[in-house]
Amino acid sequence: MTASAAPVLSMHQITKRFFGTTVLRDVSLTCHSGEVHAIVGANGAGKSTLMKVLGGVYPPDGGELVLDGRPVRFRDPHQALAHGISLIHQELTLLPERSVADNILLGREPRRRWSVDRRAMHEQARRLLADLDAEPIPTRRLVRRLTVAQRQTVEIAKALSYRPRILVMDEPTAALTPGEVAVLFRRVRQLVARGLAVLYISHRLGEVFELADRVTVLRDGRRVDTRDVGGVTPTGLVQMMVGRELADRESTPPVDHRPAGPVRLAVRDGRGRNLRGIDLEVREGEIVGVGGLDGSGRSDLARAVFGVVPFDSGTVEVDGVRRRIRSPRAAIRARIGFVTADRKTEGLVLPIPAADNALLVVRALGRRPTRAAARAMDRLAGRVGLARTLLRRESRLLSGGSQQKVVLMKWLATDARIYLFDEPTRGVDVGAKAGIHELIRELAAAGAAILVISSEFPELIGLSHRIVVMHAGAVAGELPAGAGEADIMLLATGQSATGAGTGPGGRP
Amino acid sequence: MRALPTPAVLTRILRPDRPEGSSLPIWLTFAAVFAVAWLVVGLAGGSFVTLANLQNIAQRSVALGLVTVGQTMAVLAGSLDLSVAYVVSVAAMVASVTMAGDPGRIPLGVGAVLAAGALVGLVNGLVITWLRVNAFIATLGVAIILRGGLNATFDNFAGAVPDQFQVLGYDVLAGIPVSLFLLGGVVAGAWYLMHRTRFGYHVYAVGGDAEAARLSGVRPHRVLLAVHVLSGLCAATSGLFLASRLGAGAPWVGPDGGYDLESIAAVVLGGTALAGGKGRLLGPLAAVAILAVVDSVFNFFQADPFLRTLVRGVVIVGAVALYSYRSERDPHPGERAFRLAGPRSGSRDVPRSGSGDVPRSESPDAHGERG
Repeated sequence: MTASAAPVLSMHQITKRFFGTTVLRDVSLTCHSGEVHAIVGANGAGKSTLMKVLGGVYPPDGGELVLDGRPVRFRDPHQALAHGISLIHQELTLLPERSVADNILLGREPRRRWSVDRRAMHEQARRLLADLDAEPIPTRRLVRRLTVAQRQTVEIAKALSYRPRILVMDEPTAALTPGEVAVLFRRVRQLVARGLAVLYISHRLGEVFELADRVTVLRDGRRVDTRDVGGVTPTGLVQMMVGRELADRESTPPVDHRPAGPVRLAVRDGRGRNLRGIDLEVREGEIVGVGGLDGSGRSDLARAVFGVVPFDSGTVEVDGVRRRIRSPRAAIRARIGFVTADRKTEGLVLPIPAADNALLVVRALGRRPTRAAARAMDRLAGRVGLARTLLRRESRLLSGGSQQKVVLMKWLATDARIYLFDEPTRGVDVGAKAGIHELIRELAAAGAAILVISSEFPELIGLSHRIVVMHAGAVAGELPAGAGEADIMLLATGQSATGAGTGPGGRP
Repeated sequence: MRALPTPAVLTRILRPDRPEGSSLPIWLTFAAVFAVAWLVVGLAGGSFVTLANLQNIAQRSVALGLVTVGQTMAVLAGSLDLSVAYVVSVAAMVASVTMAGDPGRIPLGVGAVLAAGALVGLVNGLVITWLRVNAFIATLGVAIILRGGLNATFDNFAGAVPDQFQVLGYDVLAGIPVSLFLLGGVVAGAWYLMHRTRFGYHVYAVGGDAEAARLSGVRPHRVLLAVHVLSGLCAATSGLFLASRLGAGAPWVGPDGGYDLESIAAVVLGGTALAGGKGRLLGPLAAVAILAVVDSVFNFFQADPFLRTLVRGVVIVGAVALYSYRSERDPHPGERAFRLAGPRSGSRDVPRSGSGDVPRSESPDAHGERG
């Protein structure tokens, strides 16, 4: 720890309210140059809001920001940036239809007289990217043509182009593979060594211990404590975050034996966009995990089964009957439910109340009187652990965890018998995560066939009776319950299965 | 000295995957439409490519072209300007009444017209940014206000422009109508503004994702105000041209010309995303030229004007459907870059970024949580 005596930044008793709800109450925080200060907390604890107050996105309702000993007030992000505070937002804020260089230098395009000096712009962008030792990204390429990791790199280059003294990173690793995370961490350490102060928000405690010097825990909009990372344990942190003891079932494989129910969902030689010769069976009561790296086709598989982008060839059987699933509607009729990876754009209609979202599918199908389903709302809310008062609230105002619960309710309301979960706990806090896992197990125990796609290997291991690993659009192999993260990684990176047993879909 | 451009230069010019897109396909379409028109009129025993007819087509393009330049800027910024038709009328009236047939008052008249256009644009922009009214409703409301004002004040031609001013509408310089120079100047200025200045870059950013632009330090309100002022100025310039053609201002020139919806149709035909942030300035101008050629053919055959309108509608709907068909076929972009490790041809400017195809989890969406 090389923190100097006087903090670069202190936030004093920051308070922020939205529509009369207090989301931050008297939160104080200091940050020194050369320090990584982690901020952890459950979803809705106020981490992102606190950082947005710092970045000038929201004005605070109370409290004070002090920068280098001088109180400051930001009316907009422009002013915060001018004061050397740069944010990397949780949702990436790049323009897909503009080039890499346009994005990095947006708002500060170099000029020559009246024109944008495009040569200088590409040169500066190239240098900023080179500074990050990333694989070279062509600065003229449109951002929509980049991979997620490349976009992340562009975001970082953009944030650093402001020459900030304080860099805020809001869950920067959410979409990265382990290798990319390692590269990111190396960069952060370099930056800190140069005297930058980093505020680092994360759900992943491992990252906090690996990277941070100090950690502040927020809960329900208040600061619980700030500690040196050396003086706290992971369990201690989790307890501070949730305010109670938490049984950690993750990473411990399910104890129950592999169910021997009949095959409920079968895909035979499924081919389509980024999918090659998929053979897959999911039995009644079985949870099958699907692992793989980004771009391996794991999400395409779910989208194909659900008819979003149907298979080009091959067959899908539900309960032994061949079904032609050419649209989500057909999939729903086959009693398939799909919890998408992106709940904000694909899972929910944000401006309508939560209850209406939960009833969306039932109403769309009109298969049974919706009044009965509406009456069942309270029961379903109880089942997923959603406060009933939230049902009337606009969905966009709910926290990430609550939104995911509403998506779950939507499919529970249809009595689906096959569930496809794509990243069911992405961006969800520890408490809600355990709840969602519990629910998935209950669904399986009640006889549903479940496919869980996850980029988090511990989650796969903790939930699945079997793990199917995908690579380059094909099933690379299958692992029994109790497989280790290393086994999954081997298959996912395209190494041949190492005696861990190849699945029926294993193809050369 | 090279006699011919090398293939490398050619591919550079024709490069379909230019990051900023290209309006070339729409100009090629124009060329095709022009060729067909030539052929059809020729087969019917007429002559399409005569100086008079070409000048006629050019003149026909000027009024809509000027309005479309402003409309394109507004749409690129993610906004819309439905008030343009009435701004055209207001401008024509202001020009004609202020000049009152006196050549000495031409500068005053032009100044007054531009001021009026800028003022309406400013009002549009302020209603949208300060009062936070949706652009569609805001500019529609302003259009209705202007219509009321016009109808209350005038019911027929009023004032007169001096003969000297009619040079703009009728004279030809070196075979090229004077008005075409005006359009050319406005287009060149707007092109430079959109594609070469910071302001233009920010217009694309605000149109692409206003919140992302704001988080990057751009002030979206200023950009929106500016594009609406520019749109007002362009529409006012079009009004000046029409006053010069007619010799006096008439309150119905704007709405009768249908400049509001026609300019939006041209913008979309020109490959600009109606949602903003995507497209080139020259595309919509090619669309204006296409519409003018089609008009000219109908005139030759003295076709029923209602039939003409009908065909126009079919052309617009068909073209936009074609764009969206092509953008649907553009595969998952992120993964394609991942698989093929490089961009491929085949996706030129299409109006929408294929709603189902963009990896939406990564698309910036910071609006949801705003308080």
